[in-house]
Amino acid sequence: MGTLLTVENVTVRFGGLVAVDRASFTVAESTITGLIGPNGAGKTTLFAVVSGFLAPQQGRIVFAGADVTREPVHVRARRGIARTFQIVQPFAGLSVRENIAVGAYLRHRDRADALAEADRVACRVGLDRLLHLPAAALTVAGRKRLELARALATRPRLLLLDEVLAGLNPSELRDVLPIIRAIRDEGVTILMVEHVMQAVMSLCEHVHVLAQGRLLAQGTPAEIARDPRVIEAYLGHGAAQRLGSGASGHA
Amino acid sequence: MSKASAYGSVLALGAALGALPLATESNVLLNFLIFLLIVAVAATGWNLLGGYGGQFSFGHAAFFGTGAYGMAILQERAGLNAWAALPIAIALGAAVGRVIGVLAFRARLRGSYFALVTLAFAEVLRILANVLPMTGGAAGILIRLRIDPWHFQFADRRVFYWVALGFLVGALLLVRAMERCRFGAWLVAVRENEDAACALGVDTVAVKVAAITLSAAITAAAGCLYAQKFLYLDAAIAYGPWISVEALLAPVIGGAGTVFGPVLGALVLLGLGELTKAWIGTLTGGAVPGVDLVLFGVLLILCVAFAPRGILGLLSRLRFGLRWARS
Ligand SMILES: Nc1ncnc2c1ncn2[C@@H]1O[C@H](COP(=O)(O)OP(=O)(O)OP(=O)(O)O)[C@@H](O)[C@H]1O
Ligand SMILES: [Mg+2]
Repeated sequence: MGTLLTVENVTVRFGGLVAVDRASFTVAESTITGLIGPNGAGKTTLFAVVSGFLAPQQGRIVFAGADVTREPVHVRARRGIARTFQIVQPFAGLSVRENIAVGAYLRHRDRADALAEADRVACRVGLDRLLHLPAAALTVAGRKRLELARALATRPRLLLLDEVLAGLNPSELRDVLPIIRAIRDEGVTILMVEHVMQAVMSLCEHVHVLAQGRLLAQGTPAEIARDPRVIEAYLGHGAAQRLGSGASGHA
Repeated sequence: MSKASAYGSVLALGAALGALPLATESNVLLNFLIFLLIVAVAATGWNLLGGYGGQFSFGHAAFFGTGAYGMAILQERAGLNAWAALPIAIALGAAVGRVIGVLAFRARLRGSYFALVTLAFAEVLRILANVLPMTGGAAGILIRLRIDPWHFQFADRRVFYWVALGFLVGALLLVRAMERCRFGAWLVAVRENEDAACALGVDTVAVKVAAITLSAAITAAAGCLYAQKFLYLDAAIAYGPWISVEALLAPVIGGAGTVFGPVLGALVLLGLGELTKAWIGTLTGGAVPGVDLVLFGVLLILCVAFAPRGILGLLSRLRFGLRWARS
Protein backbone atom coordinates (compact mmCIF):
# COMPACT_ATOMS: atom_id res chain seq x y z
CA MET A 1 0.00 0.00 0.00
CA GLY A 2 1.64 3.25 -1.15
CA THR A 3 1.53 6.70 0.35
CA LEU A 4 -0.85 9.05 -1.48
CA LEU A 5 -0.44 12.20 0.57
CA THR A 6 2.48 13.50 2.56
CA VAL A 7 2.16 16.56 4.76
CA GLU A 8 5.65 17.65 5.68
CA ASN A 9 6.50 20.07 8.43
CA VAL A 10 3.60 22.41 7.65
CA THR A 11 3.23 25.64 9.61
CA VAL A 12 0.42 28.20 9.18
CA ARG A 13 0.32 31.46 11.10
CA PHE A 14 -2.52 33.97 11.21
CA GLY A 15 -0.73 37.05 12.49
CA GLY A 16 0.53 36.00 15.92
CA LEU A 17 -1.60 32.86 16.11
CA VAL A 18 0.06 29.61 15.06
CA ALA A 19 -2.88 27.59 13.69
CA VAL A 20 -0.77 24.69 12.43
CA ASP A 21 2.63 24.05 13.96
CA ARG A 22 5.14 21.91 12.05
CA ALA A 23 2.62 19.18 11.29
CA SER A 24 3.84 16.09 9.44
CA PHE A 25 1.87 12.98 8.56
CA THR A 26 1.07 10.67 5.67
CA VAL A 27 -2.09 9.14 4.29
CA ALA A 28 -1.92 5.68 2.76
CA GLU A 29 -3.66 4.93 -0.52
CA SER A 30 -7.18 3.45 -0.39
CA THR A 31 -7.67 3.96 3.32
CA ILE A 32 -9.97 6.04 5.45
CA THR A 33 -7.79 8.14 7.71
CA GLY A 34 -9.19 10.28 10.47
CA LEU A 35 -7.98 13.70 11.58
CA ILE A 36 -9.40 14.57 14.96
CA GLY A 37 -8.78 17.15 17.62
CA PRO A 38 -10.52 19.71 19.81
CA ASN A 39 -12.14 22.86 18.38
CA GLY A 40 -9.61 25.28 17.00
CA ALA A 41 -6.92 22.61 16.71
CA GLY A 42 -6.20 23.59 13.11
CA LYS A 43 -7.91 20.74 11.25
CA THR A 44 -9.81 22.91 8.77
CA THR A 45 -6.70 25.04 8.29
CA LEU A 46 -4.71 21.93 7.44
CA PHE A 47 -7.37 20.92 4.89
CA ALA A 48 -7.11 24.36 3.35
CA VAL A 49 -3.36 23.88 2.98
CA VAL A 50 -3.70 20.43 1.41
CA SER A 51 -6.36 21.59 -1.06
CA GLY A 52 -4.51 24.81 -1.90
CA PHE A 53 -6.73 27.51 -0.38
CA LEU A 54 -3.97 28.54 2.01
CA ALA A 55 -0.23 28.74 1.40
CA PRO A 56 1.71 27.49 4.41
CA GLN A 57 4.49 29.69 5.82
CA GLN A 58 6.63 26.58 5.93
CA GLY A 59 6.49 22.97 4.80
CA ARG A 60 5.49 20.91 1.77
CA ILE A 61 2.51 18.97 0.46
CA VAL A 62 3.36 15.97 -1.70
CA PHE A 63 0.51 14.29 -3.55
CA ALA A 64 1.05 11.07 -5.51
CA GLY A 65 4.75 11.76 -5.70
CA ALA A 66 4.43 15.37 -6.91
CA ASP A 67 5.17 18.46 -4.83
CA VAL A 68 1.96 20.47 -5.10
CA THR A 69 2.73 23.10 -2.46
CA ARG A 70 2.80 25.96 -4.98
CA GLU A 71 -0.10 24.78 -7.14
CA PRO A 72 -3.42 26.65 -7.22
CA VAL A 73 -6.62 25.00 -6.01
CA HIS A 74 -8.06 24.10 -9.42
CA VAL A 75 -4.87 22.39 -10.56
CA ARG A 76 -4.85 20.22 -7.45
CA ALA A 77 -8.50 19.40 -8.08
CA ARG A 78 -7.52 18.18 -11.55
CA ARG A 79 -4.83 16.01 -10.00
CA GLY A 80 -7.55 14.43 -7.89
CA ILE A 81 -7.73 16.32 -4.60
CA ALA A 82 -11.34 17.15 -3.67
CA ARG A 83 -12.58 18.77 -0.49
CA THR A 84 -15.87 19.48 1.19
CA PHE A 85 -16.43 22.62 3.24
CA GLN A 86 -17.19 22.49 6.95
CA ILE A 87 -19.36 25.56 6.42
CA VAL A 88 -21.31 24.30 3.41
CA GLN A 89 -20.87 26.30 0.22
CA PRO A 90 -23.71 25.32 -2.13
CA PHE A 91 -24.36 27.12 -5.42
CA ALA A 92 -27.55 28.37 -3.81
CA GLY A 93 -29.29 29.57 -6.97
CA LEU A 94 -28.77 26.29 -8.84
CA SER A 95 -30.60 23.00 -8.60
CA VAL A 96 -29.09 20.01 -6.85
CA ARG A 97 -28.43 18.43 -10.23
CA GLU A 98 -26.69 21.53 -11.59
CA ASN A 99 -24.59 21.76 -8.43
CA ILE A 100 -23.29 18.23 -8.85
CA ALA A 101 -22.84 18.70 -12.61
CA VAL A 102 -20.31 21.50 -11.98
CA GLY A 103 -18.14 18.86 -10.30
CA ALA A 104 -18.81 16.32 -13.03
CA TYR A 105 -17.73 18.75 -15.77
CA LEU A 106 -14.17 18.40 -14.50
CA ARG A 107 -13.92 14.99 -16.18
CA HIS A 108 -16.67 15.36 -18.79
CA ARG A 109 -16.65 18.05 -21.44
CA ASP A 110 -20.04 17.08 -22.80
CA ARG A 111 -23.20 18.32 -21.08
CA ALA A 112 -25.15 15.08 -21.46
CA ASP A 113 -22.26 13.09 -19.95
CA ALA A 114 -21.86 15.53 -17.05
CA LEU A 115 -25.58 15.46 -16.26
CA ALA A 116 -25.66 11.67 -16.45
CA GLU A 117 -22.69 11.50 -14.08
CA ALA A 118 -24.45 13.96 -11.75
CA ASP A 119 -27.50 11.71 -11.68
CA ARG A 120 -25.38 8.65 -10.90
CA VAL A 121 -23.55 10.41 -8.07
CA ALA A 122 -26.82 11.76 -6.67
CA CYS A 123 -28.12 8.21 -6.57
CA ARG A 124 -25.10 7.02 -4.63
CA VAL A 125 -25.39 9.65 -1.91
CA GLY A 126 -29.18 9.47 -1.74
CA LEU A 127 -30.02 12.80 -3.36
CA ASP A 128 -31.75 11.30 -6.40
CA ARG A 129 -35.24 12.34 -5.28
CA LEU A 130 -34.15 15.95 -4.76
CA LEU A 131 -32.34 16.51 -8.06
CA HIS A 132 -34.57 19.32 -9.26
CA LEU A 133 -34.84 21.20 -5.98
CA PRO A 134 -32.89 24.43 -5.63
CA ALA A 135 -29.87 23.79 -3.40
CA ALA A 136 -31.08 26.59 -1.11
CA ALA A 137 -34.15 24.46 -0.25
CA LEU A 138 -32.11 21.57 1.20
CA THR A 139 -31.94 20.77 4.92
CA VAL A 140 -28.60 20.77 6.73
CA ALA A 141 -28.27 17.03 6.18
CA GLY A 142 -29.11 17.49 2.50
CA ARG A 143 -26.51 20.20 2.10
CA LYS A 144 -23.84 17.99 3.65
CA ARG A 145 -24.73 15.28 1.17
CA LEU A 146 -24.54 17.81 -1.63
CA GLU A 147 -21.02 18.77 -0.54
CA LEU A 148 -20.07 15.10 -0.67
CA ALA A 149 -21.78 14.56 -4.04
CA ARG A 150 -20.12 17.53 -5.72
CA ALA A 151 -16.67 16.48 -4.52
CA LEU A 152 -17.32 12.90 -5.57
CA ALA A 153 -18.43 13.99 -9.04
CA THR A 154 -14.90 15.27 -9.73
CA ARG A 155 -13.72 11.62 -9.53
CA PRO A 156 -11.09 12.36 -6.87
CA ARG A 157 -8.21 10.16 -5.78
CA LEU A 158 -8.14 11.87 -2.39
CA LEU A 159 -11.32 13.06 -0.74
CA LEU A 160 -11.03 15.52 2.15
CA LEU A 161 -14.21 15.41 4.23
CA ASP A 162 -14.54 18.24 6.76
CA GLU A 163 -17.22 17.26 9.28
CA VAL A 164 -19.71 15.92 6.73
CA LEU A 165 -21.39 13.98 9.53
CA ALA A 166 -21.84 16.90 11.94
CA GLY A 167 -25.47 17.74 12.62
CA LEU A 168 -26.83 14.47 11.28
CA ASN A 169 -29.27 12.53 13.47
CA PRO A 170 -28.56 8.85 14.28
CA SER A 171 -30.68 7.49 11.45
CA GLU A 172 -29.09 9.81 8.89
CA LEU A 173 -25.71 8.77 10.27
CA ARG A 174 -26.62 5.11 9.75
CA ASP A 175 -27.42 5.91 6.12
CA VAL A 176 -24.22 7.83 5.39
CA LEU A 177 -21.58 5.56 6.97
CA PRO A 178 -21.99 2.78 4.36
CA ILE A 179 -21.86 5.39 1.58
CA ILE A 180 -18.46 6.58 2.78
CA ARG A 181 -17.20 3.03 3.13
CA ALA A 182 -18.36 2.23 -0.40
CA ILE A 183 -16.44 5.22 -1.75
CA ARG A 184 -13.27 3.90 -0.13
CA ASP A 185 -13.95 0.41 -1.50
CA GLU A 186 -13.81 1.86 -4.99
CA GLY A 187 -10.25 2.93 -4.32
CA VAL A 188 -10.76 6.56 -3.29
CA THR A 189 -8.54 7.57 -0.39
CA ILE A 190 -10.41 9.48 2.31
CA LEU A 191 -9.05 11.86 4.91
CA MET A 192 -11.82 12.93 7.24
CA VAL A 193 -12.11 15.50 9.99
CA GLU A 194 -14.81 14.37 12.35
CA HIS A 195 -16.10 15.05 15.85
CA VAL A 196 -18.58 12.17 15.78
CA MET A 197 -16.40 9.59 17.56
CA GLN A 198 -18.71 6.71 16.83
CA ALA A 199 -18.15 7.34 13.11
CA VAL A 200 -14.38 7.71 13.49
CA MET A 201 -14.22 4.44 15.40
CA SER A 202 -16.23 2.52 12.86
CA LEU A 203 -14.80 4.01 9.65
CA CYS A 204 -11.15 4.88 10.09
CA GLU A 205 -8.23 2.54 9.80
CA HIS A 206 -5.83 5.13 11.07
CA VAL A 207 -6.26 8.33 13.08
CA HIS A 208 -4.09 11.43 13.54
CA VAL A 209 -4.77 13.67 16.51
CA LEU A 210 -4.14 17.40 16.25
CA ALA A 211 -4.17 19.71 19.26
CA GLN A 212 -3.26 23.39 19.20
CA GLY A 213 -1.79 22.99 15.76
CA ARG A 214 0.52 20.11 16.69
CA LEU A 215 0.22 16.46 15.88
CA LEU A 216 -0.20 14.84 19.24
CA ALA A 217 -0.69 11.16 18.54
CA GLN A 218 -1.52 8.68 15.84
CA GLY A 219 -2.59 5.07 15.60
CA THR A 220 -5.62 2.87 15.18
CA PRO A 221 -8.88 4.22 16.60
CA ALA A 222 -8.64 1.81 19.53
CA GLU A 223 -5.10 2.95 20.38
CA ILE A 224 -6.12 6.58 20.15
CA ALA A 225 -9.12 6.09 22.42
CA ARG A 226 -6.84 4.69 25.14
CA ASP A 227 -4.08 7.29 24.76
CA PRO A 228 -3.97 9.46 27.89
CA ARG A 229 -2.46 12.40 25.93
CA VAL A 230 -5.49 12.42 23.66
CA ILE A 231 -7.95 12.29 26.53
CA GLU A 232 -6.12 15.19 28.15
CA ALA A 233 -6.19 17.23 24.99
CA TYR A 234 -9.95 16.88 24.79
CA LEU A 235 -10.89 17.12 28.45
CA GLY A 236 -8.12 19.20 29.98
CA HIS A 237 -5.00 18.67 32.04
CA GLY A 238 -5.20 15.80 34.51
CA ALA A 239 -8.39 14.42 33.00
CA ALA A 240 -6.91 11.05 32.10
CA GLN A 241 -5.85 10.50 35.67
CA ARG A 242 -9.20 11.67 37.09
CA LEU A 243 -11.07 9.43 34.69
CA GLY A 244 -8.82 6.51 35.58
CA SER A 245 -9.30 6.94 39.35
CA GLY A 246 -13.02 7.65 38.87
CA ALA A 247 -13.43 4.42 36.96
CA SER A 248 -11.58 2.38 39.60
CA GLY A 249 -13.60 4.06 42.35
CA HIS A 250 -16.85 2.90 40.84
CA ALA A 251 -15.63 -0.62 40.28
CA MET B 1 -35.47 22.45 -21.33
CA SER B 2 -35.11 20.46 -24.52
CA LYS B 3 -32.60 21.49 -27.16
CA ALA B 4 -35.39 22.29 -29.63
CA SER B 5 -37.24 24.62 -27.27
CA ALA B 6 -34.01 26.23 -26.04
CA TYR B 7 -32.97 27.38 -29.50
CA GLY B 8 -36.46 27.42 -30.99
CA SER B 9 -37.62 30.12 -28.58
CA VAL B 10 -34.79 32.41 -29.72
CA LEU B 11 -35.59 31.78 -33.39
CA ALA B 12 -39.30 32.38 -32.71
CA LEU B 13 -38.56 35.74 -31.13
CA GLY B 14 -36.37 36.56 -34.12
CA ALA B 15 -39.16 35.66 -36.54
CA ALA B 16 -41.73 37.71 -34.63
CA LEU B 17 -39.48 40.77 -34.51
CA GLY B 18 -38.56 40.21 -38.16
CA ALA B 19 -42.21 40.51 -39.16
CA LEU B 20 -42.69 43.90 -37.45
CA PRO B 21 -41.48 46.12 -40.34
CA LEU B 22 -44.00 44.42 -42.60
CA ALA B 23 -46.75 45.90 -40.44
CA THR B 24 -45.47 49.47 -40.30
CA GLU B 25 -44.02 52.03 -42.67
CA SER B 26 -43.39 54.57 -39.92
CA ASN B 27 -39.81 55.83 -40.01
CA VAL B 28 -40.07 57.09 -36.45
CA LEU B 29 -41.04 53.63 -35.25
CA LEU B 30 -38.36 51.91 -37.36
CA ASN B 31 -35.67 54.25 -36.06
CA PHE B 32 -36.80 53.53 -32.53
CA LEU B 33 -36.75 49.78 -33.15
CA ILE B 34 -33.28 49.88 -34.68
CA PHE B 35 -31.99 51.80 -31.68
CA LEU B 36 -33.72 49.28 -29.43
CA LEU B 37 -31.97 46.40 -31.20
CA ILE B 38 -28.59 48.08 -30.84
CA VAL B 39 -29.10 48.59 -27.10
CA ALA B 40 -30.42 45.02 -26.77
CA VAL B 41 -27.24 43.64 -28.38
CA ALA B 42 -25.05 45.74 -26.07
CA ALA B 43 -27.12 44.59 -23.08
CA THR B 44 -26.83 40.95 -24.15
CA GLY B 45 -23.07 41.41 -24.00
CA TRP B 46 -23.29 42.89 -20.51
CA ASN B 47 -25.61 40.06 -19.46
CA LEU B 48 -23.09 37.38 -20.38
CA LEU B 49 -20.56 38.76 -17.90
CA GLY B 50 -22.86 40.40 -15.35
CA GLY B 51 -25.92 38.17 -15.45
CA TYR B 52 -24.24 34.79 -15.86
CA GLY B 53 -20.84 35.55 -14.35
CA GLY B 54 -21.93 37.91 -11.56
CA GLN B 55 -19.24 40.45 -12.51
CA PHE B 56 -21.01 43.81 -12.68
CA SER B 57 -19.38 46.19 -15.10
CA PHE B 58 -20.10 49.94 -15.05
CA GLY B 59 -17.97 50.47 -18.12
CA HIS B 60 -19.30 48.53 -21.09
CA ALA B 61 -18.97 51.79 -23.02
CA ALA B 62 -15.29 50.83 -23.32
CA PHE B 63 -16.27 47.94 -25.61
CA PHE B 64 -19.17 49.65 -27.37
CA GLY B 65 -17.00 52.66 -28.18
CA THR B 66 -14.06 50.55 -29.35
CA GLY B 67 -16.33 48.68 -31.74
CA ALA B 68 -17.86 51.91 -33.02
CA TYR B 69 -14.59 53.81 -33.40
CA GLY B 70 -12.94 50.73 -34.87
CA MET B 71 -15.59 50.64 -37.56
CA ALA B 72 -15.24 54.35 -38.34
CA ILE B 73 -11.45 54.58 -38.21
CA LEU B 74 -10.81 51.40 -40.22
CA GLN B 75 -13.06 52.71 -42.99
CA GLU B 76 -12.14 56.38 -42.96
CA ARG B 77 -8.46 56.29 -42.04
CA ALA B 78 -7.39 52.84 -43.28
CA GLY B 79 -9.69 52.69 -46.27
CA LEU B 80 -11.09 49.28 -45.39
CA ASN B 81 -14.38 47.99 -46.67
CA ALA B 82 -17.10 48.12 -44.00
CA TRP B 83 -17.67 44.36 -43.96
CA ALA B 84 -13.94 43.74 -43.61
CA ALA B 85 -13.76 46.33 -40.82
CA LEU B 86 -16.59 44.68 -38.90
CA PRO B 87 -14.78 41.55 -37.61
CA ILE B 88 -11.64 43.58 -36.88
CA ALA B 89 -13.63 46.16 -34.87
CA ILE B 90 -15.32 43.37 -32.92
CA ALA B 91 -11.92 41.76 -32.26
CA LEU B 92 -10.56 45.12 -31.03
CA GLY B 93 -13.47 45.39 -28.58
CA ALA B 94 -12.81 41.82 -27.42
CA ALA B 95 -9.12 42.67 -26.97
CA VAL B 96 -9.97 45.65 -24.76
CA GLY B 97 -12.21 43.34 -22.73
CA ARG B 98 -9.46 40.80 -22.39
CA VAL B 99 -6.91 43.36 -21.22
CA ILE B 100 -9.29 44.75 -18.58
CA GLY B 101 -10.21 41.20 -17.56
CA VAL B 102 -6.61 40.02 -17.19
CA LEU B 103 -5.66 43.09 -15.16
CA ALA B 104 -8.74 43.13 -12.93
CA PHE B 105 -9.29 39.41 -12.38
CA ARG B 106 -5.63 38.50 -11.90
CA ALA B 107 -5.58 41.21 -9.23
CA ARG B 108 -8.59 39.42 -7.66
CA LEU B 109 -10.82 42.48 -7.96
CA ARG B 110 -14.45 41.74 -7.20
CA GLY B 111 -17.76 43.49 -6.70
CA SER B 112 -17.62 47.26 -6.58
CA TYR B 113 -13.85 47.32 -7.11
CA PHE B 114 -14.24 45.55 -10.42
CA ALA B 115 -17.14 47.84 -11.35
CA LEU B 116 -15.08 50.94 -10.62
CA VAL B 117 -12.11 49.68 -12.63
CA THR B 118 -14.31 49.11 -15.69
CA LEU B 119 -15.78 52.59 -15.25
CA ALA B 120 -12.29 54.06 -15.02
CA PHE B 121 -11.20 52.32 -18.24
CA ALA B 122 -14.24 53.61 -20.11
CA GLU B 123 -13.59 57.14 -18.89
CA VAL B 124 -9.92 57.03 -19.85
CA LEU B 125 -10.88 55.85 -23.34
CA ARG B 126 -13.49 58.62 -23.57
CA ILE B 127 -10.95 61.27 -22.65
CA LEU B 128 -8.38 59.84 -25.10
CA ALA B 129 -10.94 59.70 -27.91
CA ASN B 130 -11.75 63.32 -27.19
CA VAL B 131 -8.18 64.52 -27.85
CA LEU B 132 -6.50 62.06 -30.23
CA PRO B 133 -6.31 63.12 -33.90
CA MET B 134 -7.08 59.58 -35.04
CA THR B 135 -10.56 59.67 -33.53
CA GLY B 136 -11.22 63.17 -34.83
CA GLY B 137 -10.84 64.62 -31.33
CA ALA B 138 -13.66 66.74 -30.00
CA ALA B 139 -15.06 67.26 -33.50
CA GLY B 140 -15.80 63.58 -33.83
CA ILE B 141 -15.58 61.39 -36.90
CA LEU B 142 -17.92 61.04 -39.87
CA ILE B 143 -18.32 57.90 -41.93
CA ARG B 144 -18.82 58.92 -45.55
CA LEU B 145 -22.32 58.50 -46.86
CA ARG B 146 -22.17 55.75 -49.47
CA ILE B 147 -25.55 54.13 -49.62
CA ASP B 148 -24.79 50.69 -50.87
CA PRO B 149 -25.11 47.28 -49.18
CA TRP B 150 -21.44 46.77 -50.16
CA HIS B 151 -20.62 49.58 -47.71
CA PHE B 152 -23.02 48.39 -44.98
CA GLN B 153 -25.38 51.29 -45.72
CA PHE B 154 -28.91 50.71 -46.88
CA ALA B 155 -31.44 52.89 -48.67
CA ASP B 156 -34.26 51.03 -46.97
CA ARG B 157 -34.35 51.37 -43.16
CA ARG B 158 -36.04 48.01 -42.93
CA VAL B 159 -32.96 46.26 -44.33
CA PHE B 160 -30.79 47.80 -41.64
CA TYR B 161 -33.38 46.69 -39.10
CA TRP B 162 -33.15 43.11 -40.32
CA VAL B 163 -29.37 43.18 -40.27
CA ALA B 164 -29.41 44.48 -36.69
CA LEU B 165 -31.96 41.82 -35.79
CA GLY B 166 -29.59 39.23 -37.25
CA PHE B 167 -26.90 40.50 -34.85
CA LEU B 168 -29.29 40.23 -31.91
CA VAL B 169 -30.46 36.73 -32.79
CA GLY B 170 -26.84 35.66 -33.27
CA ALA B 171 -25.90 37.07 -29.85
CA LEU B 172 -28.88 35.41 -28.17
CA LEU B 173 -28.07 32.05 -29.79
CA LEU B 174 -24.50 32.39 -28.57
CA VAL B 175 -25.67 33.03 -25.01
CA ARG B 176 -28.10 30.12 -25.24
CA ALA B 177 -25.34 27.80 -26.46
CA MET B 178 -23.13 29.01 -23.63
CA GLU B 179 -25.90 28.27 -21.10
CA ARG B 180 -25.86 24.68 -22.28
CA CYS B 181 -22.14 23.93 -22.23
CA ARG B 182 -19.38 23.39 -19.73
CA PHE B 183 -18.11 26.95 -19.91
CA GLY B 184 -21.59 28.26 -19.04
CA ALA B 185 -21.89 25.93 -16.06
CA TRP B 186 -18.48 27.05 -14.81
CA LEU B 187 -19.35 30.72 -15.29
CA VAL B 188 -22.56 30.40 -13.29
CA ALA B 189 -20.68 28.45 -10.62
CA VAL B 190 -18.23 31.35 -10.34
CA ARG B 191 -21.17 33.73 -9.86
CA GLU B 192 -22.75 31.57 -7.19
CA ASN B 193 -19.65 30.75 -5.15
CA GLU B 194 -16.06 31.23 -6.28
CA ASP B 195 -14.46 29.14 -3.54
CA ALA B 196 -16.71 26.18 -4.19
CA ALA B 197 -16.12 26.53 -7.93
CA CYS B 198 -12.35 26.40 -7.68
CA ALA B 199 -12.51 23.48 -5.24
CA LEU B 200 -14.28 21.64 -8.07
CA GLY B 201 -11.44 22.33 -10.48
CA VAL B 202 -12.73 25.52 -12.10
CA ASP B 203 -9.97 27.94 -13.11
CA THR B 204 -12.02 30.94 -12.01
CA VAL B 205 -9.68 33.60 -13.38
CA ALA B 206 -9.56 31.97 -16.82
CA VAL B 207 -13.35 31.59 -16.88
CA LYS B 208 -13.90 35.25 -15.97
CA VAL B 209 -11.36 36.45 -18.53
CA ALA B 210 -13.03 34.37 -21.25
CA ALA B 211 -16.42 35.74 -20.19
CA ILE B 212 -15.38 39.39 -20.33
CA THR B 213 -13.75 38.81 -23.73
CA LEU B 214 -16.94 37.32 -25.19
CA SER B 215 -19.07 39.94 -23.47
CA ALA B 216 -16.91 42.72 -24.88
CA ALA B 217 -17.07 41.25 -28.37
CA ILE B 218 -20.89 41.25 -28.33
CA THR B 219 -21.10 44.79 -27.00
CA ALA B 220 -18.50 45.92 -29.55
CA ALA B 221 -20.73 44.48 -32.27
CA ALA B 222 -23.50 46.76 -30.99
CA GLY B 223 -21.06 49.66 -31.33
CA CYS B 224 -20.36 48.67 -34.94
CA LEU B 225 -24.09 48.74 -35.67
CA TYR B 226 -24.38 52.14 -34.06
CA ALA B 227 -21.56 53.54 -36.20
CA GLN B 228 -23.14 52.27 -39.41
CA LYS B 229 -26.60 53.50 -38.44
CA PHE B 230 -25.70 57.07 -37.46
CA LEU B 231 -22.45 57.46 -39.47
CA TYR B 232 -21.17 59.91 -36.90
CA LEU B 233 -19.36 59.44 -33.59
CA ASP B 234 -17.83 61.57 -30.91
CA ALA B 235 -16.30 60.57 -27.59
CA ALA B 236 -19.45 61.27 -25.55
CA ILE B 237 -21.53 59.06 -27.83
CA ALA B 238 -19.15 56.16 -28.29
CA TYR B 239 -17.51 56.00 -24.87
CA GLY B 240 -20.14 57.96 -22.91
CA PRO B 241 -21.71 56.62 -19.72
CA TRP B 242 -25.16 56.45 -21.38
CA ILE B 243 -24.43 53.11 -23.02
CA SER B 244 -22.75 51.68 -19.90
CA VAL B 245 -25.93 52.56 -18.00
CA GLU B 246 -28.36 51.19 -20.58
CA ALA B 247 -26.36 47.99 -21.17
CA LEU B 248 -26.47 47.38 -17.42
CA LEU B 249 -30.03 48.50 -16.67
CA ALA B 250 -31.72 46.53 -19.45
CA PRO B 251 -30.65 43.09 -18.16
CA VAL B 252 -31.14 44.07 -14.53
CA ILE B 253 -34.70 45.23 -15.23
CA GLY B 254 -35.55 42.45 -17.67
CA GLY B 255 -33.88 39.61 -15.79
CA ALA B 256 -30.10 39.20 -15.54
CA GLY B 257 -28.76 35.73 -16.25
CA THR B 258 -31.63 34.88 -18.61
CA VAL B 259 -31.42 34.87 -22.40
CA PHE B 260 -34.39 37.17 -23.00
CA GLY B 261 -33.95 39.47 -19.99
CA PRO B 262 -31.82 42.08 -21.81
CA VAL B 263 -34.26 42.28 -24.75
CA LEU B 264 -37.30 42.69 -22.53
CA GLY B 265 -35.45 45.16 -20.33
CA ALA B 266 -34.32 47.24 -23.30
CA LEU B 267 -37.90 47.37 -24.56
CA VAL B 268 -39.27 48.49 -21.18
CA LEU B 269 -36.45 50.94 -20.60
CA LEU B 270 -36.47 52.64 -24.00
CA GLY B 271 -40.23 52.34 -24.46
CA LEU B 272 -41.02 54.03 -21.17
CA GLY B 273 -38.24 56.53 -21.85
CA GLU B 274 -39.80 57.62 -25.13
CA LEU B 275 -43.31 57.72 -23.69
CA THR B 276 -42.19 59.85 -20.76
CA LYS B 277 -40.32 62.23 -23.02
CA ALA B 278 -43.39 62.64 -25.21
CA TRP B 279 -45.71 63.06 -22.24
CA ILE B 280 -43.51 65.63 -20.48
CA GLY B 281 -43.12 67.34 -23.84
CA THR B 282 -46.88 67.84 -24.22
CA LEU B 283 -47.16 68.93 -20.58
CA THR B 284 -44.46 71.57 -20.70
CA GLY B 285 -44.54 72.33 -24.37
CA GLY B 286 -40.87 71.47 -24.84
CA ALA B 287 -38.25 68.79 -24.28
CA VAL B 288 -36.90 68.42 -20.77
CA PRO B 289 -33.37 67.03 -21.04
CA GLY B 290 -32.49 64.22 -18.67
CA VAL B 291 -36.05 63.23 -17.88
CA ASP B 292 -35.40 59.69 -19.15
CA LEU B 293 -32.47 59.39 -16.75
CA VAL B 294 -34.79 60.23 -13.87
CA LEU B 295 -37.13 57.53 -15.11
CA PHE B 296 -34.27 55.00 -15.35
CA GLY B 297 -33.38 55.76 -11.75
CA VAL B 298 -36.96 55.19 -10.64
CA LEU B 299 -37.15 51.93 -12.61
CA LEU B 300 -33.94 50.70 -11.02
CA ILE B 301 -35.19 51.47 -7.52
CA LEU B 302 -38.52 49.71 -8.22
CA CYS B 303 -36.63 46.75 -9.61
CA VAL B 304 -34.27 46.41 -6.67
CA ALA B 305 -37.20 46.74 -4.24
CA PHE B 306 -39.79 44.50 -5.89
CA ALA B 307 -38.12 42.39 -8.56
CA PRO B 308 -34.50 41.73 -7.62
CA ARG B 309 -34.31 39.13 -10.37
CA GLY B 310 -35.91 41.39 -12.96
CA ILE B 311 -39.25 41.15 -14.71
CA LEU B 312 -38.63 37.60 -15.93
CA GLY B 313 -37.64 36.54 -12.41
CA LEU B 314 -40.84 38.10 -11.08
CA LEU B 315 -42.94 36.33 -13.70
CA SER B 316 -41.43 32.92 -13.02
CA ARG B 317 -41.98 33.47 -9.29
CA LEU B 318 -45.63 34.36 -9.93
CA ARG B 319 -46.09 31.31 -12.13
CA PHE B 320 -44.45 29.10 -9.52
CA GLY B 321 -46.65 30.68 -6.84
CA LEU B 322 -49.81 30.06 -8.87
CA ARG B 323 -48.92 26.42 -9.44
CA TRP B 324 -48.16 26.05 -5.78
CA ALA B 325 -51.47 27.70 -4.79
CA ARG B 326 -53.42 25.41 -7.11
CA SER B 327 -51.82 22.21 -5.89
N1 LIG C 1 -8.67 33.00 8.34
C1 LIG C 1 -8.30 33.00 9.62
N2 LIG C 1 -7.77 34.11 10.19
C2 LIG C 1 -7.39 34.10 11.47
N3 LIG C 1 -7.47 33.04 12.29
C3 LIG C 1 -7.97 31.90 11.78
C4 LIG C 1 -8.40 31.81 10.44
N4 LIG C 1 -8.86 30.56 10.21
C5 LIG C 1 -8.72 29.90 11.36
N5 LIG C 1 -8.17 30.69 12.31
C6 LIG C 1 -7.82 30.27 13.68
O1 LIG C 1 -6.94 29.19 13.56
C7 LIG C 1 -7.23 28.21 14.55
C8 LIG C 1 -7.51 26.89 13.88
O2 LIG C 1 -8.76 26.97 13.22
P1 LIG C 1 -9.41 25.76 12.43
O3 LIG C 1 -10.65 26.26 11.81
O4 LIG C 1 -8.40 25.18 11.53
O5 LIG C 1 -9.76 24.74 13.60
P2 LIG C 1 -10.54 23.37 13.52
O6 LIG C 1 -9.63 22.37 14.08
O7 LIG C 1 -11.07 23.15 12.17
O8 LIG C 1 -11.72 23.65 14.54
P3 LIG C 1 -13.25 23.15 14.51
O9 LIG C 1 -13.23 21.78 15.08
O10 LIG C 1 -13.92 24.09 15.43
O11 LIG C 1 -13.72 23.21 13.12
C9 LIG C 1 -8.39 28.75 15.35
O12 LIG C 1 -7.86 29.38 16.52
C10 LIG C 1 -9.02 29.77 14.46
O13 LIG C 1 -9.62 30.79 15.20
MG1 LIG D 1 -12.90 22.94 11.34
